[in-house]
Amino acid sequence: MASFSTTATVEDPRISLGDGGILPPTRGGGGDDSGPGLPDYALRLRRARLGLLVALTPVLMLFVSFTSAYIVRQGLPTLDPRTNTLVRDWIPVTLPKLLLINTGVLILSSVFIELARRQSKEQAALRAITAHPRVSAGDQMRIPWLSMTLVLGLTFLLGQWTAWRQLAANGFYVATTPSSSFVYLLTGTHAIHLMGGVLALLVAGIASLLRRSAATRSIVVDLTAWYWHFMAALWIYILCLLEFAS
Amino acid sequence: MGLVLLIIIWLITFASTYFFIAKTWWLPAGASAAAAGIDHHFTTTFILMGIVFVAAQVSLGALVWIYRDRGSSSSKVTYSHGNTKLEIVWTLLTTILFVGLNLMSSSIWASERFRPAEPDAVRVEVTAMQFAWYFRYPGPDGKFGATNPELEDASAGGEAALGLDTKDGASKDDVVTGTMVVPVNREIEVILRAHDVIHSFFIPTMRFKQDAVPGLAIRMHFTPIQTGDYEILCAELCGLGHYKMHGMLRVVSQEEFDKWLAAREAEKQ
Amino acid sequence: MATHEFAAQESHAHPGPQGFVRKWVFSLDHKVIGLQYYFLALAAVFVGMFLSLLMRIHLIWPTLALPLLGDIKPETYLTLVTMHGTIMVFFVLTTAPQGGFGNYFLPIQIGAPDMAFPVLNMLSFWTTLLGFIVMIAAFFVAGGAPLHGWTGYAPLSAMQSTGPGEGLGADLWIISIAIFCIGALMGALNFITTTLDMRAKGMTMMRLPLTVWAWFVTAILGLLAFGVLLSAGILLLMDRNLGTSFFVPLVTINGQLTGHKGGSPLLWQHLFWFFGHPEVYIAILPAMGMCSQLLSVFSRKPIFGYKAMVYAILGIGFLGFMVWGHHMFMSGMSPYTAFAFSIMTMGIGVPSAIKTFNWLGTLMRGRIRFTSPMLFAIGFVSLFVSGGISGPFLAQPVLDIQLHDTYFVPAHFHLIMGVASIFGIFAATYYWFPKMFGRMMNESMARWHFWFSFIGTYAIFMPMHYLGMAGMPRRYSQLTEVTYLHGLIPLQKFITYAAFVTIAGQLIFLVNLFWSMFKGKQASDNPWEATTLEWTTATPPPHDNFGGHTPVVHNGPYEYSVPGAPRDYVMQSDPEIGPAH
Repeated sequence: MASFSTTATVEDPRISLGDGGILPPTRGGGGDDSGPGLPDYALRLRRARLGLLVALTPVLMLFVSFTSAYIVRQGLPTLDPRTNTLVRDWIPVTLPKLLLINTGVLILSSVFIELARRQSKEQAALRAITAHPRVSAGDQMRIPWLSMTLVLGLTFLLGQWTAWRQLAANGFYVATTPSSSFVYLLTGTHAIHLMGGVLALLVAGIASLLRRSAATRSIVVDLTAWYWHFMAALWIYILCLLEFAS
Repeated sequence: MGLVLLIIIWLITFASTYFFIAKTWWLPAGASAAAAGIDHHFTTTFILMGIVFVAAQVSLGALVWIYRDRGSSSSKVTYSHGNTKLEIVWTLLTTILFVGLNLMSSSIWASERFRPAEPDAVRVEVTAMQFAWYFRYPGPDGKFGATNPELEDASAGGEAALGLDTKDGASKDDVVTGTMVVPVNREIEVILRAHDVIHSFFIPTMRFKQDAVPGLAIRMHFTPIQTGDYEILCAELCGLGHYKMHGMLRVVSQEEFDKWLAAREAEKQ
Repeated sequence: MATHEFAAQESHAHPGPQGFVRKWVFSLDHKVIGLQYYFLALAAVFVGMFLSLLMRIHLIWPTLALPLLGDIKPETYLTLVTMHGTIMVFFVLTTAPQGGFGNYFLPIQIGAPDMAFPVLNMLSFWTTLLGFIVMIAAFFVAGGAPLHGWTGYAPLSAMQSTGPGEGLGADLWIISIAIFCIGALMGALNFITTTLDMRAKGMTMMRLPLTVWAWFVTAILGLLAFGVLLSAGILLLMDRNLGTSFFVPLVTINGQLTGHKGGSPLLWQHLFWFFGHPEVYIAILPAMGMCSQLLSVFSRKPIFGYKAMVYAILGIGFLGFMVWGHHMFMSGMSPYTAFAFSIMTMGIGVPSAIKTFNWLGTLMRGRIRFTSPMLFAIGFVSLFVSGGISGPFLAQPVLDIQLHDTYFVPAHFHLIMGVASIFGIFAATYYWFPKMFGRMMNESMARWHFWFSFIGTYAIFMPMHYLGMAGMPRRYSQLTEVTYLHGLIPLQKFITYAAFVTIAGQLIFLVNLFWSMFKGKQASDNPWEATTLEWTTATPPPHDNFGGHTPVVHNGPYEYSVPGAPRDYVMQSDPEIGPAH
């Protein structure tokens, strides 16, 4: 659902076959002079971030809509045809404690990807110097924050899967009660979106393998990081909604 | 071309307006207490919106003819980006017209929908199902008996279609019919229910419409003021039989109603 | 067709793609993608018209057996109703004006070389096409396409057992719409980012053509609304297939309990209409932008009240999210809530009225040229007025009691969506055809098309008001069962005959479109003498739209008949004409 592609635009004219026909955005907005035909990094970053902000809006609306359905359904009395009276049938679900651990995992992964984001920025900025074969960027540039995020992300997803198994073991399946339906719905939709984030992480990782420029890679990591933070914040919101708004 | 446009636009406008004014096809005659007020507001809306309609279309036709390009004999184009004062004026006027119209109708809406039925209203439970209407009267005990979805048997009609639980004491005097009979000049409270999907209880002559929603028992009221037979239609898509899910409202005098109800009660013994 | 896409470019312009597949199938060029969307919508509109033709035939001749198709049973009629509405609303009205013309012309009109995210743009088209294929597939699976109407109210749509077509066909319908949502969201993403971030130097927001404003606000509406529709679709799929009860209370179908309980049918309506109402503004705003554009060009006069027009577009967009309850006055919703929605709805009539006044103001004291695009723009104003006037009737709950779910409602929305909006698409086609294909469309055929369409659609939809007032309910497959409806059969017959004639008239358009692509008169770069940026570039535009140099904008988009100017139009990229602009 959120698997959008960024402008993996080509700086190096030799690398072109994969995406023929993509135009580097030449001038936009302020019309800053960025050199003959070379797209401005700041401009590309701004445009990509704007795109991400716009893209996150419908994701937000999706969960706003689910929230609205949740609140309505929870408070809704329905007619019991037998007694001809209005009854409420909301039975809260006890959430597995595992979800708290998963939350911690996700928050930590958010920290890691933030570090990865800053790292890739520095790498892009230092590119002019580190391109020289005899210059090294230092050890702290070598910590694989991105891969660590990926590992934690996958751990989170595995944790979610296990939590669902625990719920099922306690007798709460998708259709058992309205509350259990929402638990699966909200956590499931979040997990699908997070998988999109995992995909983006893989793209970011592959970007360096495909010899995309450090600037391009930095933009990809930047966007993935912001997306990831959004997913972490969304998860905390979902957890609070399920736990406290019962 | 400008002239042709003017003629066609004006013709269409006047032809449509004619049929509205002549009431060639019109609202059926109202037979409920609310009808007079509703119809009066219809007329008000018609007149006001009709004036706007005719004025706008006539202007459009006139403008495209008067300001057609006549080549060298055309007058110079007035270069103007607009007129702010005019904008404000017509914005205000439009707002007053639209909101005013709505506020005028709100008192009727309030009287129809904001208040519950009178305590001495005649109560009829209306149940919608694919594809029939059933009507239940509570009988002398004034209580509707229990129904049970598991007891439903639509093919047997009447009480079985509703799934009436005959073991419940209050059910013994419930009368279930396929025709809705009510006394004239009494407020009728309908309790709308649906078994399967959303239907809508629509009696055009009574100016009455309300969706019957499964999971809800919706209470509404109307007061018939004229005896006669009036068709009841389903006005919410409910499946393949939607077009033939109609019933009949029979408005009779109080004595006839009492006699009819008593006869139905007697049949149950 | 396009012969000079590969003309020598300056060093920093990117050469276009080579090969048929890169150029025409998986193109990243917004112009090609725009054409792809347009032809998808063209296919969809003929499918949709065919379905409505069958509907009209069945209504007046319910027992007629058609060749190949046989009897149209009541459930088949409802399937036609459902699929006609769904295909027209999604794959025509949300696709052609925005995906088609918006994609083609938004970047050019703002002076950009392409959309912000070309790969995403390409994906958005193929996603939309996939959605269309899945929708059509619903006709061919066991049980056929669903019968629950384009509005898909639960519980009718929420269980397999409620009727024929509610099995796999209904699931495919939901999945198709979900796919469409995703495609539309991708498109909205591009439109918004491009408009905000890629305007040429000097192209301030208040110098944007009203077409761009319309596409921009429409994209924002889509961005906020389609997520909600997607959520509703997910919940509905879960109710249908996983046994949940979001929308289904305790019900019996044919006397059988279904296992659902506690759900709310009204929840579906709230979610659907929260999307559904902005959707109808998505359908009309681009046409309004187009109308503004054309009235100005062909009156040789600036648009009357540009700022007010922008505020009106913004106002319509904003208020569009606050009125959804007016579809639910009779639904069992609280009457107090109904009152609130009704006041908001009357409010949204105001910006539409402002726009109408301004269109009339643009015509006044102009010098009107009756080209084919102008005819359709004038027709748009007339039809929009007619359709709009019935709005205040429906917006008042007290009158809606009588009119809800009668033919008065389709009269209202067809005049606006089904005709005025379509006129916007026709107008845009006749106007931009020369720029897209380098040739003019045939004027004589265009005029025949206009008159058939203008008079024909009035003949079809004006009488529906009378039918509605007389009490003809919607979605009735025939009028034979209810006594008082018999008297309305002659009027229904008139409508059907009018539909035959009008649909036949659309064939003129089809012929004109394809014939002119190959045999039309050669077009110059600016045959209409218009001022916006697309007319400054070659016909058809080169791959990067401006042949390597980006325009710099000095003027507003509607500088016609400027006193003291050498011609009666000043292009946006011409030197500045005066301090006020």
